[in-house]
Amino acid sequence: MLAHERISAAIRAANDDGRTALVPFITAGYPEPGAFINTLTAIAEVGDVVEIGIPFSDPMADGMTIQRSSFVALQKGVSLKWIFDELDNAGGTIDAPLVMMSYLNPLLAFGFDRLAERALATGVCGFIVPDLPFEESNELRAALDQQGLGLIQLVTPATPNGRLKKLCAASRGFVYAVTITGITGGDTGLPDDLANYLDMVVAASELPVCAGFGIREAGDVTNVGKHADGAIVGSALVEVLEQNGDPAAYLVSLRK
Amino acid sequence: MKSLLQADEAQALLDASIRGELPDERGRFGPFGGRYVPETLVPAFERLEAGVREYLHDAGFQQDLQRELREWVGRPTALTYAPRLSEKWGTEVWLKREDLAHTGAHKINNAIGQALLAKRLGAQRVIAETGAGQHGVASAAACARVGLPCCVYMGTVDMERQAPNVVRMERLGAEVVAVESGDKTLRAAIDEAMRKWVTDPSGIYYLLGSAVGAHPYPYLVRELQSVIGKEARQQMIDQAGGLPDVAFACVGGGSNSIGLFYPLLGDDIELIGVEAGGTGDGLGQNAATLATGTPGVLQGSYTIILQDDDGQVQETHSISAGLDYSGVGPEHALLQATGRVTYISASDDEALAALAELCEAEGILTALETAHAYAAAREWSKDNPGKRILIGNSGRGDKDMPTLTQYPPRIRTDARA
Ligand SMILES: Cc1ncc(COP(=O)(O)O)c(C=O)c1O
Repeated sequence: MLAHERISAAIRAANDDGRTALVPFITAGYPEPGAFINTLTAIAEVGDVVEIGIPFSDPMADGMTIQRSSFVALQKGVSLKWIFDELDNAGGTIDAPLVMMSYLNPLLAFGFDRLAERALATGVCGFIVPDLPFEESNELRAALDQQGLGLIQLVTPATPNGRLKKLCAASRGFVYAVTITGITGGDTGLPDDLANYLDMVVAASELPVCAGFGIREAGDVTNVGKHADGAIVGSALVEVLEQNGDPAAYLVSLRK
Repeated sequence: MKSLLQADEAQALLDASIRGELPDERGRFGPFGGRYVPETLVPAFERLEAGVREYLHDAGFQQDLQRELREWVGRPTALTYAPRLSEKWGTEVWLKREDLAHTGAHKINNAIGQALLAKRLGAQRVIAETGAGQHGVASAAACARVGLPCCVYMGTVDMERQAPNVVRMERLGAEVVAVESGDKTLRAAIDEAMRKWVTDPSGIYYLLGSAVGAHPYPYLVRELQSVIGKEARQQMIDQAGGLPDVAFACVGGGSNSIGLFYPLLGDDIELIGVEAGGTGDGLGQNAATLATGTPGVLQGSYTIILQDDDGQVQETHSISAGLDYSGVGPEHALLQATGRVTYISASDDEALAALAELCEAEGILTALETAHAYAAAREWSKDNPGKRILIGNSGRGDKDMPTLTQYPPRIRTDARA
């Protein structure tokens, strides 16, 4: 099985179990770098696929929560190289497929070929790059393809229909359906016409579709799960970490 | 970085640039530029690009724009001979007076052009970022002129040092949003404006203030600012009797400099861009992006940026808010790589001294940004006596009072000594 196929398989397996796949996101090394692997392991036991956020100095698609967590992580010395080293040290104890969410520049600085090699070696199966639209993605896609890794495409309510089909066809692992026109961590809640939108994305995609942005409560997961295959939980989980809460217990509560 | 392009490739790109063929279809200036934006904004950028193609060179739009530039902005701006500065420096110094344009800087050329475009595109409201506040004031004024609401994002560090401009923006009817995130200067203001734009990509028009960002902004801003170089070129011929040997402009994001340089690229004129040297060479002490940066993606464009080995963008320092930025427009990255334009820097202290000298010699209080160009021109004069110099006087210094009051003018004590 190629690495990106592990992602789709994990989501399908949850669905086969009668569950909406749960995809938790954390900012790597937040709030304490020393707790990174423990936190990751704990949420990977509840989540079906786990997203690791690579902190960046200019998170232009993120709201205050993820801005703050990125800033703290950077101040405490978290870098992509450090994250890979930590994953190496964890030595394959994490079963859930991992996905890295990173702005482009840290990946460029690391070098695409080296990135793909290290990702494959550390259990990272795919990448989400919020400032890399499809049109600019050939080089990264080629490097990831070499190792069987996926470049997961985002689609949004602003994406026109023709483009939606193109993005779904290009995606690997799953299709990331952004629920709102906005940044992460908004407090507007899920939009009213969510169902139609998600149905449209699902119809356009052969891959599983996971919905993200604005998912905070068990009810949100249930709502999203009626139309999509998975629910991505980011800012709300980072807030739990911010308040020194128990991330795994919070994720379990979303399944209620 | 200097070896980014082979020599023949560099020459071919420069020729293409002079023929007006750049950016290419994908918004590239050679390897630089492009469009690195969140998916939510892709349709908005496609609409903007189509709008630029449809309107920018359309006769009706140009008629409106030219009328506004003439009757509201006050163009053409003067070309001023600087006799006392010339005598001091031993060169022949000419100033292209963008400080005389409405609202006091070149920023208005771009703001009125884009405001007219926003109107054509049916935008409901305009957002803008600002560093020195000049682009914010220009946007506020231009939006008032065309009848669109305007909201300006500004870092809190800049709101303090450019306080007069905050009041001006508010008087002109704009809402000023204080940006507390990131470095609290221009870069954070751009990030915040992008975040706002993502919430309503079809209703909002983002009026970007420099030749930076994703395609088509670097192209659009260059086209609107090229009026500076076109006018200056003709005025030099008419008033000075010929083209200059060298032209200087300060470089923040790079809009006044590309506006001055672009129409001169094909001429035998040395072109020198001057960045902020701040307080020293160390990382974080300056904003000399082209002089010390490396290629990377920042705020939508592949260009030269100030970053560490992990690709994290570095904070900058400059006494002038308008130059205090970790990136630079992608066309400048190409012009540097081709060797056509030289980029150097001037320090905070050199800029302050140049500002004082210009006040005394010619009765012109220039902006702190602009003062960097004077500092570099003054140094250059030492090795090039008798040459003819053109300086892009990008704006006036009234906005810099909060900073300037911290540096008591030398002239007062000297005169009474
Ligand atoms: C007077 C003046 N000159 C220069 C600049 C620098 O910007 P740019 O490099 O885009 O011309 C600014 C920016 O605010 C400015 O106000």
